Amino acid sequence: MSEESLLKVNHVDVFYGSLQVLWDVSLTVRAGEIVALIGSNSSGKSTLLRTISGFLRPSNGNIEFKGKRIEAMNPYQIVALGISQVPEGRRIFPDMTVSDNLVIGSYNHGARSKREGNLKDVYMRFPILGLRRNQLAKTLSGGEQQMLAIGRGLMGEPKIMLLDEMSLGLAPLIVDELYRTLREIRERGITILFVEQNARRSLKEADRAYIIKSGRIVLSGRAAELREEDEIQKAYFGV
Amino acid sequence: MIESLSDLAMPITAGILLGGLYAVVALGFSLVFGVMKLINVAHGDFVILGSYLAFAALTGIDLDPFLSLVFILPLVLVIGFLVQKYLLNRAMAISADAPVIICLGFSLMLANMFQMIWSPLSRGLTTSYSLTSYNIGGLAIQLIYLLDLIIALAVMLALREFLRRTYLGKAIVAASQDRTAAEMMGINTNKMYAYAFAIAMACAALAGVLVGLTFPFSPTSGVPFLIIAFGVVILGGLGSMVGTLIGGIVFGLAQTLGGFYFGVAAQMFVAYVMVLVILGIRPQGIFGR
Repeated sequence: MSEESLLKVNHVDVFYGSLQVLWDVSLTVRAGEIVALIGSNSSGKSTLLRTISGFLRPSNGNIEFKGKRIEAMNPYQIVALGISQVPEGRRIFPDMTVSDNLVIGSYNHGARSKREGNLKDVYMRFPILGLRRNQLAKTLSGGEQQMLAIGRGLMGEPKIMLLDEMSLGLAPLIVDELYRTLREIRERGITILFVEQNARRSLKEADRAYIIKSGRIVLSGRAAELREEDEIQKAYFGV
Repeated sequence: MIESLSDLAMPITAGILLGGLYAVVALGFSLVFGVMKLINVAHGDFVILGSYLAFAALTGIDLDPFLSLVFILPLVLVIGFLVQKYLLNRAMAISADAPVIICLGFSLMLANMFQMIWSPLSRGLTTSYSLTSYNIGGLAIQLIYLLDLIIALAVMLALREFLRRTYLGKAIVAASQDRTAAEMMGINTNKMYAYAFAIAMACAALAGVLVGLTFPFSPTSGVPFLIIAFGVVILGGLGSMVGTLIGGIVFGLAQTLGGFYFGVAAQMFVAYVMVLVILGIRPQGIFGR
């Protein structure tokens, strides 16, 4: 596993208007890792993802991807660099078919030539999507939509995938399935940063984790070590 | 009171053919509203702009209106792209009303420009085939009306296939359904809006050429066609090409049959009443989602 950082968030402050929501947040993801960002509702975790994706600008600090400064770029430019986001609430295109949702995932020029191969891969990985390929995406169940959102993210040939609350509202069995998929995706060389509320599960799946609370990173380290810190977990999550 | 079917054949045929024209008129308006949720109140004036540009080419260099499209279409595509990119995209970022106000400004500017350049006189695109008429099944059907329908179908089919089959088309559709998610796919949604508006302008210009060939027009003809576009979209619903076509035909039929039963003065009134009725019963339109 490479020691060089793929994604680096350096001391960012983020405001919504005059309201500060992130304070001096720093985070590193190295190539090939699975990193978890764990926090409860309104902890700022989704805000951080949105900032990395370019929908928000930090007022202080910067963000680097493969050494390149990205904090001032537009979302569509950041995607073109190889950062793929699987957003909170899936946000699949409801009135487009499953296959069109996947195809639009390969919109970036680098990914277009690999489209057919990637489509086959996605249908193999998620057979249910293949079965439903001509159905409108809004007719899919929650779990199927999440698979579609992940598949769509894969179509863009990303270097890193950001997943925002992937397991929200889904049955445990489906969540297991999805985490298995994440491990396979990592085997393929794609780095993963995922955001979740469930500390216990997240720490089982991640290599390293950051705990965010009220807009600040309060704890970070190897997941194995954080798992052991029972008392701290109870204090921060009441789990 | 029961007319024989053959009496009704004329207004029904006219209504259907007219409906094709109305569908093309509404096409650009529907596209802009569907993609950007923008109500382009200058749409009718952009249609008449097409009529006047073709008129200029016809009277200036004796160019057939259809041929003049070769020049008009690229021109309005570029103008539409620039208008959305530099004006309307910025207006949309300010508020929901700002773009409507700008479009209102365009409407006033265009109507006055038409009057300044071409006077308030009623104009028309008169060609060698303007009065050509065919006898089909005992009915006298004007060539222009037939061309209106055929071209309407062709344009709608082309636009539908573009939106369905090309990356750019799918990107525009995606941007219209979820702007944030579209950006996450690497789609520059501001640019997609500019393309959509450009296409809408081109459709309006094309509709304008057809309108100019079919009816007399004047500087203030924009508003009636804006209302027709509204009516067609309300009747047929958004997001469906077939819906727009059906909406156009229903509107056309309401107009011609209304005129048949209640006199020419009442024909638009009947059409508008039909729109209100549909709005009351099924607000999303016949085919609307």
